[in-house]
Amino acid sequence: MTDPAMPPPRSQWSEIWGQFKRHRGALIGGILFLLIIAIVFLGPLIWTLDATYIDIRARNQGPTWAHPFGTDQLGRDTLARMMAGGQTSIAVGLTAMALALALGGFMGVIAGYFRRLDGPLMRLTDLFLSLPLLPLLLVMVMLFRETLSATFGPETGIFFLIVVAIGATSWMPTARIVRADVLALKEREFVLAARSIGTTNFGMITRHILPNILSPIMVSATLGIANAIITESALSFLGLGFPPDFPTWGRLLNDATQYLQDYPERVFWPGLAISLTVLSVNYLGDGLRDALDPRTRIRGR
Amino acid sequence: MLTYTIRRLVLAVPTLLFISLVIFLLLELAPGDPMANVPLTVPPDVKEKMRIALGLGEPTHIRFGKWLWQFFVVEPMVLSDHILGTTLAEGQQRVLSWQFRSPVMDVIVQRMPQTLWVVGMSYVVGILIALPIGIYSAYRQYSVFDQVGTFITMVGYSVPPFFSGVLVIVIFSVHLGWLPSIYDTTLRVTSWDTFVMQFKQMIMPVMVLALQTTAQISRYMRASMLDNLGQDYVRTARAKGLGETTVVMVHVLRNSMIPVITVIALGVPQIFGGAIITEQIFKVNGLGQLLITAIQANDLPMVQTVTFMLAVLIVAFNIIADLLYAVLDPRIRYD
Amino acid sequence: MAVREILFAVAFATSFAPATWAKRGADGHVNVIYWQAPSILNPYLSGGTKELEAASLVLEPLGRFNAQGNMVPYLATDIPTVENGGVSADLKSITWRIKPGLVWSDGTPFTAHDAKFTADYCMHPEGGCAQLAKYEGVILVEVIDDLTVKVNFEDSTPNPYGPFMGGQAPILQAAQFANCLGAKAPECTDANFHPIGTGPFKVDEFRPNDVISFSANPNYRDPAKPAFASMTFKGGGDATAAGRAVLETGEFDYAWNLQLAPDVLANMAKAGKGVPVSSFGSLVERIEINLTDPSPNLPEGERATAKHPHPILSDMRVRKALSMAIDRELLVEIGYGQAGRPTCNLVPAPAIYASNNTECLLQDVDGARALLDQAGWIDSNGDGIREKDGRKLSLLFQTSTNAVRQDFQALIKQWWRDIGVETELRNISASVFFGGDPGSPDTFQKFYADVEMYANNFDGTDPQSYLAQYTCDKAPRPETQWQGENINRYCNPDYDALIKELTRTAGLDKRGDIARKLNDMLTRDSYVIIPLVDRGRVSARSNTLGGVKLNMWDSELWNAADWYRIK
Repeated sequence: MTDPAMPPPRSQWSEIWGQFKRHRGALIGGILFLLIIAIVFLGPLIWTLDATYIDIRARNQGPTWAHPFGTDQLGRDTLARMMAGGQTSIAVGLTAMALALALGGFMGVIAGYFRRLDGPLMRLTDLFLSLPLLPLLLVMVMLFRETLSATFGPETGIFFLIVVAIGATSWMPTARIVRADVLALKEREFVLAARSIGTTNFGMITRHILPNILSPIMVSATLGIANAIITESALSFLGLGFPPDFPTWGRLLNDATQYLQDYPERVFWPGLAISLTVLSVNYLGDGLRDALDPRTRIRGR
Repeated sequence: MLTYTIRRLVLAVPTLLFISLVIFLLLELAPGDPMANVPLTVPPDVKEKMRIALGLGEPTHIRFGKWLWQFFVVEPMVLSDHILGTTLAEGQQRVLSWQFRSPVMDVIVQRMPQTLWVVGMSYVVGILIALPIGIYSAYRQYSVFDQVGTFITMVGYSVPPFFSGVLVIVIFSVHLGWLPSIYDTTLRVTSWDTFVMQFKQMIMPVMVLALQTTAQISRYMRASMLDNLGQDYVRTARAKGLGETTVVMVHVLRNSMIPVITVIALGVPQIFGGAIITEQIFKVNGLGQLLITAIQANDLPMVQTVTFMLAVLIVAFNIIADLLYAVLDPRIRYD
Repeated sequence: MAVREILFAVAFATSFAPATWAKRGADGHVNVIYWQAPSILNPYLSGGTKELEAASLVLEPLGRFNAQGNMVPYLATDIPTVENGGVSADLKSITWRIKPGLVWSDGTPFTAHDAKFTADYCMHPEGGCAQLAKYEGVILVEVIDDLTVKVNFEDSTPNPYGPFMGGQAPILQAAQFANCLGAKAPECTDANFHPIGTGPFKVDEFRPNDVISFSANPNYRDPAKPAFASMTFKGGGDATAAGRAVLETGEFDYAWNLQLAPDVLANMAKAGKGVPVSSFGSLVERIEINLTDPSPNLPEGERATAKHPHPILSDMRVRKALSMAIDRELLVEIGYGQAGRPTCNLVPAPAIYASNNTECLLQDVDGARALLDQAGWIDSNGDGIREKDGRKLSLLFQTSTNAVRQDFQALIKQWWRDIGVETELRNISASVFFGGDPGSPDTFQKFYADVEMYANNFDGTDPQSYLAQYTCDKAPRPETQWQGENINRYCNPDYDALIKELTRTAGLDKRGDIARKLNDMLTRDSYVIIPLVDRGRVSARSNTLGGVKLNMWDSELWNAADWYRIK
C-alpha cells in the first residue's frame, strides 16, 4: 500500500511509533481521545459553572447560550456536568480497565505458560466467575469504605474502592482468553526454537508470548473501558459509588433515561461521550496492535 | 485426553464444594436483612420473630450443612420422585425460599422457559451475527464493511441496555404501537397466532441483548482472524493452490476459534444467570430477575442455590472449552 | 382449560344471576401491573405492601377502612362500637357479628371459627407472623356462635380494631390452613400461593415474583359482582414502565404506585390513554436528626449511642435553622406533584390527630442564618462554612437510593450551603438501608450519619403505636442488636409519660389532643424530626376502567369488586 523501499534501520520503538503514526485509524482515534481528555480536564477552566450548582428556575431547559447543552431536572448545567462527569468516568474507566487487564493478563500468561500453575490459577478463576457480584461488592464496601475514606480522604478513597471493585470482578474473561492463546502459542515452532537456544522463561514471555497475544488483550481493553464506565454508574446505585450529587457519565445517562421522551437531548450527550471514548480507544488499540505486529511491519502497511 | 477429562471432572467436585462454601460465607458476611422489604410499620420484635421462623437463629455451619443436605440429597430425590414416581423425598424438607416460602427449585424451573426463550435465543442470534461479521471484517480489514461494522458494534457495546431497551420501547411500543412493551410469561404457544404473539414479544429483548453479544464476540473473532491471516501457514496454503474459501474458512477459521470459543463458553452460563437489566425493562421475569429480587430481599437460600447452579455451569463449560482447544489445535496437550 | 372454566363461570353466572343492571364477569378481562411483584399471597407471612394488596383481592377482613379513613363493615354486619354494645365498656373486649350466609370461594360456609383460627394462626409463637402487632394484647378469641366472634384483650384497649380489621388482618380459611400452624406455616406452599377467600376473585395460577391469574369468585356475596371475569396481575419492572403501559401504550388497565417525577407523569398522561389518580394517607417523608454522635473516631459500641450526645445537633437552634432553610413547596413541586403536600407534622392525618402546625411552610433563610449566629456558629475564615470552637458545621446526610430522594438531597444540600452548613451526601441501597443487619454500618437504625431521610406511616387510622416509637427505651443501641424504632434517640420523660396517658385514654377528642401534643413535641417544639412532605400515592387507571377509588388507609385494591369497564 505504501512504497516498499526499505527504511534505514531504526530502533524498535521508533519503528513502532513510525508505524503507529501512519495508521489512519490510530491517528484519528488518538486525536479524538486526546481531544476528549482535553475538553473534560481543561474545559472547566473556561466553562466555570459549578456542576452541582442548582438553579431551580432554569430547570429542564433546552440548549441556550447560558446553558449550551441545556439543564437537568434541578437546573444544573449539563455541559458542566458532562465535563465533571467525564473526569471521573475516564479516570475510573482507564484505571479499572488497566487493573483488570494487568490482573487478567498476568494470570492468563502464568497459567498458560507454567503447566503446574494452570490448575490452581484456573480454579481460582472459576471461583471468581462464580461469586455473585452484588453481595461481593456490598461486602467490599462494608469492609473497606470507612478505612479507605479515613486514609485517603472520601473522594480518593471511594475512587480506589470503585476501581478495585471493578478491576477485581472483571479480570477473569481476559485471563481465560489469554491463557487459551498462550497454550496454543507455547507449542508453535518459533517458541520451541527459542526454547532450544536457551531463552529464559522471562525472556520468552516478554519477547515471544506477550507480543503475540496483544490482539485479544486490545479487544479486552476496549470492551473493558465501556464496561467500567457503565459499571461505575451501577455501583453508585448500591451506595458503593461516589456521593449521589457527584456526576459521572454512566449516572447522567441513567438519570436521563427517565426523561427520554420529554428531553431526548439529555440522554444524547452522555451516550455520545461514552461511545466516542470507547470508539477512540478501540481505534487506538487497532493501531497499536498493527504497529506492534512484526508481520504487518514487514508488510509495510 | 481421556485421563485429562476424567481428572478434571473428579477435581471439579472439591472445587465446587469449596465454591459453594465461599458463596455461603460471602452471603453471610454481606450486609442485608430478609426483613428489609417489610414495611416500617411492623415493629422490630415482630421482625425478630420472623427472622427466627426463617431459621436465621441457627449458627452458620448448621445452616450450611442443612443447605448441602437439602441441595445434594433431597432435591435429587425430589427429581427422582418426579420422573420415576418414587417416594424417596417424602417428609424431607427441601431448600425453601425465604421470600416465597416455597421450594426454590420449583421457582427456578418455572423461570426456565422465558429465560431460555429470550436470553438463550439472544445468545444464539448474537453468535450467528457475530461470527460472519468478525470473519469478513478481518478478511477485508479497513474496508467500508469493516469500518461500519466496527462503528456499529462499538457504539452498540457502549450503550447499556438500560438505555437501548427503553429507547426501542419508546419507538416500537409507544410511538409505533407495533410491539408489546410487557412480556407475557403465561403465553403458551399452541397455534400460529400465539406463535406470532410470542415472536412479537421476544423481538425487542432478544435484539437488545444480542447487540451486546454480537459486539463482544465479533471483536474477538476479528482480532483473532487478523492474527492468523498474517501467519506463514496461510501463505503456504495459498501457495499450494488451495482455494481462498478453503484457506480462510477451514484453516484460518479453525485456528482463530480458540479465543472465540473461550468467550462463548464464558457466556453460556450467563444465559442461565439471565439478563438482569433487560429482563427488568421488558418485564420478562426470568432467572435474572429472580436472582436480583432474591438478592434485594436477602433471600439467601434462593441466592445460594441459583449462584451455585451457575457455578456448576461455569466449571462445566470451562472444562468443555479446555477440551475444545485440544480438538481445534492438536498441538495443545494437557497430559 | 382456564378459558373454558371462565366461560363456564360466566355462563353460570349469567344464567342464575338476578336480572340487575350488571352481571358478574360481563366485562371480560382486566390487567393490573405492580412494578414490585408479589412473592406470596399470604399476608401473614410477608407483610410487604405488594403481597398484602394482591392478597386483598382474595382475602377479606371483617371490616375495612374506606378512602376517607372511616371504618366500613365487610364480612361483619356492622362495626362494633361502645355505643352499639360491640365493644365492652371497660374496653377489654370487642364482639364482631358476621353477615349470615357467607361462603368461601370453594362453596363451604364462612363462620366465626375461621376468624378464631386466623387469630390462632398469627399468634402462634413459632409462626413468625408478620402482622403480629395487629393481635397485640389479645389474650383470647372466643367463638360465641357460628356468626359471632369475641376478642378479649389483656388491658383496656382504646383502639380494639387491630384483629380482623383492615388489609393487614384478613381472615384465612381454617380448613385450608389447619395443618399450617407455627413452624409448618412456610411448608404449606399450595395454601400460601392459592389461598381460598371470600373476596371478589380467586387465584387460578400464582407465579411468585412474576404474574398472578385471577378469575371471578363464583360464590362472591354480591351476585352482580365482580364485573370482570378474570384478572391478570403482572409484577416486575419499574415505575416508569408501569406508567407507560397504562398511560401511553394502553396495554394495562391499572398501575400501582407511580413514583415518578411530576413532569414525567404529566407528559405520560398527555398520551390520553389513562389518568393518574392520587390519594393521601399518613405517609410522611422526613429528615430525622441524630441526637447522638456518629463520629467514626468513637469506639464501636459507643458510636451513635446516648453516651455521646451529638456535638452539633444537640443544639435545638441548629436543628431549627436546618428546618427553616428548606422550601417544602419546591420539594413537592420537584418530587411529588399531585401526590405530595408540604407538611410540618409527623402525623398529617386523620384530621382529628393532625396538628395545626404550619410555621415551617415558609422558607426563612435569613431567620435560619440569624439562628445559627445566635448559636455561636460563625463563618470566621470566609470559606462559606460556619465554625465553632474549631469544628466545621459539616453534616453527613444519608438516605436510600431513589431518584426523588437524591434530587431532594441535592436541593437540601444547596439550601443548607446557603446558610453556611456543609453537607456530604450518601445514598445506600434500600435493601441494606432498611434492613436490620446489625453487622452493616449503613442501616437506618444504626444511623452512622448526622441526618437521614426516609418516609414512614402507620397502619389504619390510629397513630398511637406510631407515636410510641419515640420513647426512650426504643432507641436502637448495641444492647438491642441495633433494633428499635426511635431512630433519632429522642429521650424525654414528659413524652414517655404522655404516651402512657394516650394508651389509657378513650374518647376520640381526648386522644386527638394528646396525639397532637406528642406530634408537636417531636416537631415544632424540638425539631428532632423535620417533616418535609405528606406523601400521597399516585396510581394510574386506563380511561376505560371505572369504579377505581384510591385508598391509602387500606389495600389500594380494596374495592376491586366494584371495578367495571367503561363502554
